[in-house]
Amino acid sequence: MTHEHFDAIVVGAGPSGNAAAYTMAQRGLKVLQIERGEYAGSKNVQGAILYSDALEKIIPDFRDEAPLERHVIEQRIWMMDDAGHTGMHHRSDDYNEDRPNRYTIIRAQFDKWFNRCVREIGVTVLFETTVTSLITDENKRVIGVQTDRDGNGIFADVVVLAEGVNGLVGQRSGLRRELRPEDVALAVKEMHFLPQEVIDARFNLKGEEGVVIEAMGTITDGMVGTAFLYTNRESISVGVGCLVSEFAKSGEATPHGILDRFKNHPSIKALLEGSEIKEYAAHLIPEGGFRAVPELVGDGWIVVGDAGHFVNAVHREGSNLAMTTGRLAGEVVANILGSCMTCTRDNLQTYVRQLEDSFVMKDMKKYKNVPRMLEQGGRHIMDLYPRLLNRSAQTWFRVDGKDKKSKESDILRSARQARGLTGLLGDAFKLARAWR
Amino acid sequence: MSDDRVENRLFQNRYVVDVGRPHIEIRPHEVPSRELVAMTRVCPAGCYSQNEQGQVEITADGCMECGTCRVVCAKSGDIKWNYPRGGYGVLFKFG
Repeated sequence: MTHEHFDAIVVGAGPSGNAAAYTMAQRGLKVLQIERGEYAGSKNVQGAILYSDALEKIIPDFRDEAPLERHVIEQRIWMMDDAGHTGMHHRSDDYNEDRPNRYTIIRAQFDKWFNRCVREIGVTVLFETTVTSLITDENKRVIGVQTDRDGNGIFADVVVLAEGVNGLVGQRSGLRRELRPEDVALAVKEMHFLPQEVIDARFNLKGEEGVVIEAMGTITDGMVGTAFLYTNRESISVGVGCLVSEFAKSGEATPHGILDRFKNHPSIKALLEGSEIKEYAAHLIPEGGFRAVPELVGDGWIVVGDAGHFVNAVHREGSNLAMTTGRLAGEVVANILGSCMTCTRDNLQTYVRQLEDSFVMKDMKKYKNVPRMLEQGGRHIMDLYPRLLNRSAQTWFRVDGKDKKSKESDILRSARQARGLTGLLGDAFKLARAWR
Repeated sequence: MSDDRVENRLFQNRYVVDVGRPHIEIRPHEVPSRELVAMTRVCPAGCYSQNEQGQVEITADGCMECGTCRVVCAKSGDIKWNYPRGGYGVLFKFG
């Protein structure tokens, strides 16, 4: 191994690293993948939703073998106050299709499967090995990696950094700046096990159908964050995530305290009743959006997945961006090396251009102002508006002898009292501007 | 919201502890920074605590390697943070 030379080294075996390694090996490159965990997925955490489209473009028939939990037929989006929720539910039998669009998955199992595909296509994978630094030549070109196992280093034409959000290799090599607490969310999650038929009954499901709930509101104690509940086959993933900056400054809140608050909320508690918790996990999510995307390519290196801050926080998409960036990076590297060229920064720029032409950068750009808007007006969006919405719903639905026109006036008056007309219009304007 | 409740949760998790080689170390201090004190509350594994002298200490055995403390304390330089050696640390069964 010591003096063996590879076409490419991939740091990390999550969705982006697996996508990159698979794509390159499929195109004939000699690839080494290095993973610090005992198996792929052992260090990874996600809700988790798998978006079929991104994986189909890598492994078209993944449905035959991948460990999938349930295909999603219903999406619930809830605005919560302390007593309940108001929201939107979308459910359709159309999602019971041959090739469903979204699945719930259990990441440790899924990553293990994806990585098995990677090995089967010819990638050499080193487990239980942590990459500690990049090796550069006299021109600062990256030519390999140093690990905690091999003192002499391992060399390759290009290093694909798929090291995740807390990517120390790229950061300590000066390829990207330190993460700001405002740009990352801390998410905590529990796995609640229940018999399949109990989950089916509680969520009105049959067969492999699944439901996902995304929630925001007073459960996060005014902090910018969201909560989720996803149905797996025999378990429910339940978690919350809030910006690290918000956790760090807020007075009382603990991550597990917020999670408990969500679990004990009247709208959630009965759904989890009697479950057995088998794991508690925590992970960072890159939520800084487009403005937090670092340099993506340089001489001998390319960044994919969470390390590149590729998460669309508004739509809760990340794993699909990870797989897509991994695949595109793999294709670009294979084209470069296949044409007997070198992986210089200029040549790797093709990857950046392809990202810009794809949904990846288009979506990142579309929501580029959302993180800033939340930084400034987060408390109103997370606390005030969910309260107002739920109060208004109650005013509207309670039958109490009051005429409907007066009820409308009550609703409008309570909104104006809470935020002021200028505040309301300003928030609407800011939201519209951040969304466009 | 007490720490023992975090411990109960961590009890479900699998770890391979690298005995004698903690992957996170706190710089010795008389008075802890605001960031260090915040970590006694923010760390999702409850690894940070304050001793009787008010100094912040860490027991990283239950660490889930999320990196939150590294990000929070990056500016103040309070802690030295590395990933555990390959094969050590938390092992998620479900993730």
